[in-house]
Amino acid sequence: MIAQRIPILRIGTLLLVSIQVDMDDQTAVLLQDDLSAAIVKAGARGVMIDISALDVVDSFIGRILGMIAAMSRILDAQTVVVGMQPSVAITLVELGLSLNGVRTALNIERGMEILRAVGDEGTDVADSS
Amino acid sequence: MSPTPPDRLAIAASQDVVLVRNAVRMAAERMGFRHLDVTKLVTAASEIARNTLVYGGGGTAAIECLQTFARNGVRVLFEDHGPGIADLSLAMREGYTTGSGMGLGLSGSKKLVDEFEIDSEPGRGTRVTMTKWR
Repeated sequence: MIAQRIPILRIGTLLLVSIQVDMDDQTAVLLQDDLSAAIVKAGARGVMIDISALDVVDSFIGRILGMIAAMSRILDAQTVVVGMQPSVAITLVELGLSLNGVRTALNIERGMEILRAVGDEGTDVADSS
Repeated sequence: MSPTPPDRLAIAASQDVVLVRNAVRMAAERMGFRHLDVTKLVTAASEIARNTLVYGGGGTAAIECLQTFARNGVRVLFEDHGPGIADLSLAMREGYTTGSGMGLGLSGSKKLVDEFEIDSEPGRGTRVTMTKWR
């Protein structure tokens, strides 16, 4: 079976990813690889990952989100994960996964505010908070 | 006790973990679980299905819908014939890992379900049974 690819949309220096499928591990790893390449290619300052369609975030997917955030930080881009379902948040905390280092926002609008602040100041929001 | 025979699925590739998640979700929804409990059970099943694939070298998941007078539940049995786990109490400890993960799989999934049993013998494989009640 050929692994699925999650599309990455570019809007100026912002990359937008909306995960609309139940990702298997390979797809998640591919997304991480594709995103790192896309950040460099686009000179992206911000990455927004919409997970509102994900019913399950287990430790592997959580780890990938953390790695994406860390990797984009090194490449001078800020990642915001938006739209996490309440049941997913509760389950993650119970699982023992706090998504340290991953900036989250309730929805796309708030995520945009965070990323806009990054673009305006050219500084990392996570560092100043 | 169970009106439906267990639904047995093969776990041989990473896409199979997704299929197990879907099947467990359908079973939990059929048994009337509330949304949060569906998510918890599916997450726990996902963790163990991945262990079956990565550490057990593949195996099976058997999903069973339970109906008693008092309550409904879903039980999932994971079986592999991989190398097994030498030190179960160590493997169950939060943060312990032999792989590249974070060591939350076993300890974490136990917290997400009501009953969790693990049985393993080095060289013979591993059996994990998890049950969640509505």
